[in-house]
Amino acid sequence: MIGEHHEDVIAAIATGAGEGGIGIVRLSGEHVLDVLSRVYTGAQKPESFESHTIHYGHIVHPQSQSIIDEVLVSFMGAPRSYTAQNTVEINCHGGMVVLNAVLDAVIEAGARLAEPGEFTMRAVENGRIDLSQAEAVLNIINAKTEKSLRYAEKQLAGGLSQKYTAIDDELIHMLMMVDASIDYPEYDIDGMTENEIISAIDRCVGLVDDLLRTSSTGKIMREGISTLILGEPNVGKSSLFNALITEDRALVTAIPGTTRDFVDTYLNLEGIPFRLIDTAGIRETADVVERLGVDRALSLIDEAELIIDMRDVSRETQVNEMIDHQLQQKKRIIVYNKIDLNSENTYSDCDVALSAKTGEGVDELKAKMVEAVQKSYPMSDDSDVVLNKRHADALTEIRSHLTEAKNTLQAGLSVDMAAIDLNEALVKLRAITGKSVGEDIIDRIFANFCLGK
Amino acid sequence: MSYNAKTYDVIVIGAGHAGCEAALAAARLGHQTLLLTINLDSVAMMPCNPAIGGTGKGHLVREIDALGGEMGKNIDATMIQCRMLNTAKGPAVHSLRAQADKKAYQFRMKEVIENQKNLLLKQQEATELIIKDGKITGVEVQTGAIYGCKACIVCTGTYLKGKIFIGDVQYESGPNGLFPARFLSQSLKDAGISLQRFKTGTPARVDAKTLDYDEMTIQPGDETITPFSFETESIDIDQVPCYLTYTNQETHDIINANLDRSPLVKGDVVGVGPRYCPSIETKVMRFQDKERHQIFMEPEGLHTREVYVQGMSSCLPEDVQIALYRTVPGMHHVEFMRSAYAIEYDCIHPTELYATLAHKKIDGLYFAGQINGTSGYEEAAAQGLIAGINASLKIQGKEEIILDRSEAYIGVLIDDIINEDAEEPYRMMTSRAEYRLLLRQDNADRRLTPIGHEVGLISDERYQKLVSKTEAINREIARVKKITVKPSAENNAILKDLGATPISSGVALDTLLKRPQITYENTAPFDPERQPLPDPVKEAVEIEIKYEGYIHKQIAQVKNFKKAESKKLPKDLDYRSIGGLRLEACEKLERIRPMSIGQASRISGVSPADIAVLHIYLNHRYQEKKHESEN
Repeated sequence: MIGEHHEDVIAAIATGAGEGGIGIVRLSGEHVLDVLSRVYTGAQKPESFESHTIHYGHIVHPQSQSIIDEVLVSFMGAPRSYTAQNTVEINCHGGMVVLNAVLDAVIEAGARLAEPGEFTMRAVENGRIDLSQAEAVLNIINAKTEKSLRYAEKQLAGGLSQKYTAIDDELIHMLMMVDASIDYPEYDIDGMTENEIISAIDRCVGLVDDLLRTSSTGKIMREGISTLILGEPNVGKSSLFNALITEDRALVTAIPGTTRDFVDTYLNLEGIPFRLIDTAGIRETADVVERLGVDRALSLIDEAELIIDMRDVSRETQVNEMIDHQLQQKKRIIVYNKIDLNSENTYSDCDVALSAKTGEGVDELKAKMVEAVQKSYPMSDDSDVVLNKRHADALTEIRSHLTEAKNTLQAGLSVDMAAIDLNEALVKLRAITGKSVGEDIIDRIFANFCLGK
Repeated sequence: MSYNAKTYDVIVIGAGHAGCEAALAAARLGHQTLLLTINLDSVAMMPCNPAIGGTGKGHLVREIDALGGEMGKNIDATMIQCRMLNTAKGPAVHSLRAQADKKAYQFRMKEVIENQKNLLLKQQEATELIIKDGKITGVEVQTGAIYGCKACIVCTGTYLKGKIFIGDVQYESGPNGLFPARFLSQSLKDAGISLQRFKTGTPARVDAKTLDYDEMTIQPGDETITPFSFETESIDIDQVPCYLTYTNQETHDIINANLDRSPLVKGDVVGVGPRYCPSIETKVMRFQDKERHQIFMEPEGLHTREVYVQGMSSCLPEDVQIALYRTVPGMHHVEFMRSAYAIEYDCIHPTELYATLAHKKIDGLYFAGQINGTSGYEEAAAQGLIAGINASLKIQGKEEIILDRSEAYIGVLIDDIINEDAEEPYRMMTSRAEYRLLLRQDNADRRLTPIGHEVGLISDERYQKLVSKTEAINREIARVKKITVKPSAENNAILKDLGATPISSGVALDTLLKRPQITYENTAPFDPERQPLPDPVKEAVEIEIKYEGYIHKQIAQVKNFKKAESKKLPKDLDYRSIGGLRLEACEKLERIRPMSIGQASRISGVSPADIAVLHIYLNHRYQEKKHESEN
């Protein structure tokens, strides 16, 4: 419930949605610097930040420590901040994809996603805003919450709603059956056997999993499709990288092994975000520093969703046994680069032939990238149907309640024990769909059974 | 001509199940109490089925007893059959139900009331509430006597403007041929209390001599009777059986052919009836596909041949009733002693009450029982007890008690009725309780007897017994948790006999107890140092160990619930002055005036956004107060 857990660190994207250059992720709460210290690297450690100072550094993933974005972080100590609590603002380099990645990182580091209007509420609660201002704010918050409810309704209007309804129906049906047999033990009720309940739970879990899968589509929409550019040293990966993003982000030289670590950036093709990762050239090497890059590139293959496998038309490609096996499992686009050097050839054994240098064929690659992704991650035209993080979290909890209910029955305990978790699952599902449980189960009992004296 | 008669502390109007508990509680708490009834022979009358308890309701009776009420003891003394329902299911839903000897039940309760110090039982029809400056000061009765009072509890059941329907025959009446209360409704309206019409019904009472029990299935009671009251040691009676029979196509044909003669179908009955007490014609109409409906024959007592025909309430004309009853196996030659009827009556909107059951606008005025739109003897008694306690506490200048949803079924009941305008009479069901594993019938004493003691209805002696019982339970749980069962051949042989999987390494006894086949009783061989303990202690130990994980789950749920309940909303809050509340929410909040944020969130029409606004407002108010006190 909003307004509780005052002690939590809350986080949200403070700037409006859109493709603006700079976005801000705002955090508020007493222990905000603790959270920051888990995701921030820079010259100065967050715990020693002075109030009202700005710091340059990077936001990294709290586990992998991989860099998400280059940022400016400002710290405002209590009570001289918007919320009158310790507040941090992370200024990121634009794009919702990066902002969402930073937000996910701080949440993973211990912050909680703020409810709509919660920052303002904290400001009010902490006496930052006076009563007359507060009343104006109350209206806004209400409007905001209403809006988010409408948004949720819109979300639920699509194909997802059918799945939610199906889960809801199954749960209500099970609880109705269980409760009818409890409240009317002496009546002839064709109740559900324990096995029938278990099957119904399995059907619910299946539906939840379907929804969670759309949530991984949602994750892709938020985080971008991780796209790895792979190839031997000096095959032109960084040039292609730059040709794709038309921005000098990665370092380009003619010396093999210049790109010692991977660099990533985001690319938006036909509304689909790609997280483009340039890697160190993959080859056996004696250079320890470079060797490190190769290992990381190998591990990245595992995590990548799309691979651009680059070859140089001007020289023989050496198949790397080590990675070839790994690549077989992956969605990949084989690209021949440097057609400007060898223009008379035709290239039939690849997907795209291009020149990163002249830009010839780059658009064709972009089209192939979109095509490859659309095949494996079916996306609706209506981006609203993508599950948001809160819903995904709630579904994960629903799933665990369903599993526990099933375990209860399989352990040979009675249905009313399983009902504890089934009820929780229903309550959490209704929290997503915004309906209250009320008398729904009792209504169903009397609609379905003829009971009573 | 009216005249001023004696002044009492508390006046209770109506001596049904709510009124009896209310009056006894007030008198036992030391207050001069007057209990008014239209007819002295209808004290604690059961105008419908001759049974106390059942699912959910049995829990209520246990809770009433744990708090110091009378219902549990009264049924223990007058039952003629008893069953523990749902024993195949978990302990949370075990429910006691007893068949009562109706007359014996009434006589015993009347005797208890008559013998109660500070309590006078009087046959008088209350006609008017005397209210001065928003406060109840007395009650006028039909003879013109005006009795003064500090608090008044209205427990009029189905008597207010009661109207009976038997087919085309309609007449003003209270239940069971008693006089209705004709005047009090107007007085309530004059006091600004709005009324609504509810309806309920009862089946025919038939002559046992005209029944063929051979054509029905016998339903005996339990071998060992579990008493309702925690103070009843044991009950040893010769039990009387009930019988089960079924309707058939012929029954349904008669109903379908005569539906046009039903006042329900014709629309003469305006009151709303409960879904869980449907008349036989409603059942047949709504469930056309169902080939047969169950009918339970319940004897009304040891000294009567009257039998209650559960499942066949009806307001069809009497000739149709007789014809359709005679289609049922075992009833082919049945003779009616009392006909089935529907009764319509005035009740209040319980949303006008606080959770203490006090009226929000009239100081000192309480309502309990069917007048609050509930149905059932147990629901009524539970409210009567709470109203009686709270009227007394108010007179004593003490804080009134409110049981919350995590403490008692009584709390669930009251919270439900004061937050939602029900469209039909309210019946308790286990499905209504969110935390039913915590609200078991076996632990009602541990949940509520300390409260009853604090209030003054539970003696020190009884309280000390509870303390000892609780300690014994806790001690035994701690002891069992320390015992390890070795994987010896002997032990595994015992497990095998119990149908349980053998163990390969030492297992804690409490872990073993979590298996479905294992009980506290059958683990005795693993536990040679075990001392004999009373059955209720053993039962509690087993439940608390066996379902530990589930109990913890519910405790965690309760913690969240309590958080919202602890955020109190001031009684004088002007919701219209709070910007940001939606109009619908504002109106509901103004009307219902919830005590806490938690209660507010259970009012339909109050959205999460409105709750957020309330949170902000409260915090702000708190900050301002703090600010003021600092300056």
